[in-house]
Amino acid sequence: MALWGMVIDLDRCTGCQACVMACKAENNVPAVGPKEASRERIISWMQVLTEEDKEHPDGKLRFLPRPCLHCDDPPCTKVCPVYATYRDPEGIVAQIYARCIGCRFCMAACPYNAKYFNWHTYQKEGPGQNPDVSVRQKGIVEKCTFCHHRLQKARERALAEHREIEPGEYVPACAEACPARAIVFGDLSDPSSEVSKLARSPRAFRLQEELGTKPKVIYLTEGEARG
Amino acid sequence: MADPADTRDAILLAPIERTGRGFYWAVAILSLGVLWGAVAYAVQLDGGLGVTGLHQPVSWGFYVTNFVFFIGISHAGTLISAILRLSRAEWRRPITRMAEVITVMVLFIGAGQILVDLGRPDRVMNVIRHGRYQSPLLWDATSISAYLTASLVYLWLPMIPDIAILRDRLGKRKFFYTVLALGWQGTERQHKVLNRAIAVMAVLVIPIAVSVHTVVSFVFSMTLQPMWHSTIFGPYFVVGAIFSGIAALIVAMLIFRKAYGLQGYLRPIHFRYLGQLLLVMALLWFYFTFTEYLTGYYGGEVEEMKVFWGKFWGPFSLFFWGMVLANFVIPLFCLVRLERRTIGKVLTASLSVIVGMWLERFIIVVPTLSYPRLPFPEGIYWPTWVEWGETAASFALFALFYLLFTKVFPIISIWEIQEGREVGLKEVEERLLTYLPDTVEPEFTPVDRGG
Repeated sequence: MALWGMVIDLDRCTGCQACVMACKAENNVPAVGPKEASRERIISWMQVLTEEDKEHPDGKLRFLPRPCLHCDDPPCTKVCPVYATYRDPEGIVAQIYARCIGCRFCMAACPYNAKYFNWHTYQKEGPGQNPDVSVRQKGIVEKCTFCHHRLQKARERALAEHREIEPGEYVPACAEACPARAIVFGDLSDPSSEVSKLARSPRAFRLQEELGTKPKVIYLTEGEARG
Repeated sequence: MADPADTRDAILLAPIERTGRGFYWAVAILSLGVLWGAVAYAVQLDGGLGVTGLHQPVSWGFYVTNFVFFIGISHAGTLISAILRLSRAEWRRPITRMAEVITVMVLFIGAGQILVDLGRPDRVMNVIRHGRYQSPLLWDATSISAYLTASLVYLWLPMIPDIAILRDRLGKRKFFYTVLALGWQGTERQHKVLNRAIAVMAVLVIPIAVSVHTVVSFVFSMTLQPMWHSTIFGPYFVVGAIFSGIAALIVAMLIFRKAYGLQGYLRPIHFRYLGQLLLVMALLWFYFTFTEYLTGYYGGEVEEMKVFWGKFWGPFSLFFWGMVLANFVIPLFCLVRLERRTIGKVLTASLSVIVGMWLERFIIVVPTLSYPRLPFPEGIYWPTWVEWGETAASFALFALFYLLFTKVFPIISIWEIQEGREVGLKEVEERLLTYLPDTVEPEFTPVDRGG
């Protein structure tokens, strides 16, 4: 069985936010408007975090694109009282919008703040939305799904053609959109996949590795092109 | 059993028989508070939790603070009453009922906070339908419902003889009292059974009470978050709960003492004893707080220290030092010497502790969420009028429930006071004799009364 994962090369990331916009368009992530944004309620499954570069303090910023890290041992799924969030057999941490009671325990438990709450009704169903992704109501938690609907589509297509899913057939919107090709997506259980090879690189690290959450989004440190 | 029409304790029945103007005023004022909360809740149901000040990353605020706080207050009652009963402390007699009522009333308020906090309260039944026992919230649900059940029984059992008095003496609500009195006639056998039942419940209720605030703390300590992930949170929360519970009990006692003229029953000695208990809990609370923060500071983990400094000097310092002042400094000064002006000092200390323990809950819930591990903007949380409304309404509703209870049932146990006069005095003397070396052969007859 596949184990979906992602490698993000921080050397290549330019902080252009194309991944963020692609994700929003793909997943019907609502624009909450300036008023809600100023109250710190932006929903952004993929978020480019910025940090001042301590070694080069002359105004240089470092970028860290952060989707849900799809931990193999997710702290968020453990605490859900109604099984509305869980890790599926292929490693994707999913959220059942129709079951979530909105207690926000998973948000409090996630060390990466990768979960977002619908504080108001931010959007209703309408034209221009991706019909493959359900529109979330107010009062529930939502999160990055690794564009799970794309996996379903790819799987159905492969099934109809009596074959396995080919590498590169299933790619989330953020990876697809990245102009610097900083985001690589694939099957971590296949040692010959590009994502597996990159994950074995000496530059590879995981966020807050010491917490034991075993994220399946792996970063490559800045190094070669830095300075 | 003495004649139920014993006029010596007539004052205990007075609030049930007659209703003064003060009662209506109190109900009116408290209802206004409840109304504010009702309006706020309607607005929140309509607009979503966005009408509160919650945001990313502080997704828990006043409601969760209130939840922990009110569930904490519930330890006033049943736990203290059970311990006093089991240790045969004779001074418990006018106190136990008041304590037990607090528990039952405040548990409803505390559990209600979760409903207010949910984004989708209409789906609350999912907790039963799809309940997942791995989640500490399910542990809470289990523990709190067990506690509520046990506390209701434990409130009702020692009330049965008093309900029988009401049934026989009061003209109104005859059917209601008859059903609840369970055919109490005051026979020797009935007394024996009742005392046995009370003793069993008193023993049973203690571990349940301890479990309640332990699992409430687990909601925080089971996560990996800085300053939440702590092994002493269980006992720390239980100590804080008993601490705030005693304070709430003292305040309730003082209010009804004044309102119903119960000075003869609730005497300064009672407040002195409770004040001493409060002092012990203040010291214990400080010990736990000190240990908790010192271990965090000494280890000096980066994430831990972000939250730590946020509390010490940062945006939460006012709340943090306010908490230290209200939970430790003020009670210490008020309670070390209680010979003179006992009532005033004990009241000051109790009010201070109630404020301080609320701040403590707040200072545990919010700062940890305010300082995310990753480089996010740090979020400060300002509640809106909706949260203030819900909070005010929670206090008002609690007081209203309590007040209404005192209009239906005697707030001081009549039969236990009578028992104290008739049996307790003699029993204590006999018991005391068995402690002394002069007694030849301590003739111990197991009396099922003290229970």
